[in-house]
Amino acid sequence: MSGAPALLAVEAVAKNFRGLRAVDGVSFSAAKGEIVALIGPNGAGKTTVFNMIAGVFEPDGGDILLDGHSLVGLRPDQVCRAGVGRTFQLVKPFGNLSVEENVVVGALRWAADVTESRHRAIAVLEMLGLADKRRMPARSLTLPDRKCLEVARALATRPKLLLLDEVMAGLRPVETDRMVETFQRLNQETGLTIVLIEHVMRAVMALSHRVVVINSGKPVCEGSPAEVVRDPRVLECYLGEEGA
Amino acid sequence: MKQHFALIALLVLFALAPLAAGPYLLSVLMLVLYMAYLGQAWNIMMGFAGQLSLGHSLYGGLGAYVAAALFAQFGVPGALGLVAGVAVAVAAGAAIGALGFRFGVKGVYFALLTIAFAEFTRVLFEHIPGLGGPGGLFLPVASRSGVDLLYLRGHPLMFYYLILAMTAGIFLLCRRLLDSRLGFYWLAVREDQEAAAALGINVFRAKLWAVMLSAGLTSAGGVFFAFYYNSLFPAQAFGMGRSIDIILAPIVGGLGTLFGPILGALILTPLGEVITWGTEAMGYNPAGLKQLCYGLAMLGIVKFRPDGVWPWLRRRLGWDGEGTP
Repeated sequence: MSGAPALLAVEAVAKNFRGLRAVDGVSFSAAKGEIVALIGPNGAGKTTVFNMIAGVFEPDGGDILLDGHSLVGLRPDQVCRAGVGRTFQLVKPFGNLSVEENVVVGALRWAADVTESRHRAIAVLEMLGLADKRRMPARSLTLPDRKCLEVARALATRPKLLLLDEVMAGLRPVETDRMVETFQRLNQETGLTIVLIEHVMRAVMALSHRVVVINSGKPVCEGSPAEVVRDPRVLECYLGEEGA
Repeated sequence: MKQHFALIALLVLFALAPLAAGPYLLSVLMLVLYMAYLGQAWNIMMGFAGQLSLGHSLYGGLGAYVAAALFAQFGVPGALGLVAGVAVAVAAGAAIGALGFRFGVKGVYFALLTIAFAEFTRVLFEHIPGLGGPGGLFLPVASRSGVDLLYLRGHPLMFYYLILAMTAGIFLLCRRLLDSRLGFYWLAVREDQEAAAALGINVFRAKLWAVMLSAGLTSAGGVFFAFYYNSLFPAQAFGMGRSIDIILAPIVGGLGTLFGPILGALILTPLGEVITWGTEAMGYNPAGLKQLCYGLAMLGIVKFRPDGVWPWLRRRLGWDGEGTP
């Protein structure tokens, strides 16, 4: 753990689904302004960890602290109001609303009224390159644009901590680079803390300050991106023992 | 701009109609306005917040019976009875909503819950002494002239302008709501509850507001009904048929749109009258023919214009875009 006080501290969280230990003693933290990637093979429990932070699941053990206050037991809407914005791995656009209206809903989290919220929505959409599609119904967007909309909506809530669940999956390399650039800019300009789940290593390497690896619900290792990709334990969990 | 012009034109047309229309036509126009009003109230819950209620007769019936009983038994003015009726209906809506939403009853199961409560209340009101039971509750009518908005007694024209004002008012209210924080919350909840919650929306509270508002507005329509027709029967006031009548106009016109319930009422009510008139002219009146025709109209809409007539018409007229009701 770094010297700066942790914005997010996940402490030995555990989650069982009908006897299956989906997450078992995972701990990590994210300092203010840090970008942390959570990686691991399919079924490692990454999304379950996210859902516990976001208040969708209550952990069976351990604690989750945001700015020193426990998030455990809060509903998803309360976690959002505490300052956590999230995207969904399987995107959930408000299909029959326009792109702009989708983002307006997010900005209403803090905006005094709809007018202020609209201004903010347009600014966020411009930043993410979706402004020219703002009148379109969200259901008519392509998958990359829907992923972008997920991010726009979460950002509009003005989070202290942004949880990104595989927002790069399915994007072309150019789009990935563009997205990475946006997050880097946000991180540098506003000090936004980001925790991301990602399979696209190109993005993980470029974006994250620190990588946390989990497998079968258990922590494997953590370190800088360069350290982690060279760690034999990481290769092992991705490729199996013989591949290592 | 064009749609605003069209709406004002429609309002003027309705306002001037009594100059030309006879008592029969006026009664049909009143029915159109009444159905548009109730449809708009129901639309808040289903069209905006996405919560299906198939027992909305409960709220209309509660408003009607509370205000009518207070007047018939104790001589309480209708306008005061309205306040009591609305309060009772809002409380009923809050109770049903809280029960359903707290335990995660969703979709058709929630709809079944709303039917159950309406049916239960129907049976209850058939057995409350002093309310006439199945035989009906009748309001004393001293005279059918003058204008007494406090007691809700007077000339049929007073009732005509009353329901016209109510329909215009609920339209403006809904338009305002759709552009409000609560309106956006409702639409988000309708589209995806999980995503709505992740954006900081208290889904339970948003849905509860929708039920309470919808129930309160529907019950005001019920009070109007009671004081205009002056007779109430539990089997009708709380009946399944009434609940279905309420939802037809917005579904045919266009769920979740502002103009849909009005257009739906403008299509369905005259259709019903034509059928009644036709069967009377033929001297042959098979039971349920009107319902059968409504059913066919529904089928056609669901099959060919699932969004309703208004979204389609709006596209045809080229009125699509921001700020279209």
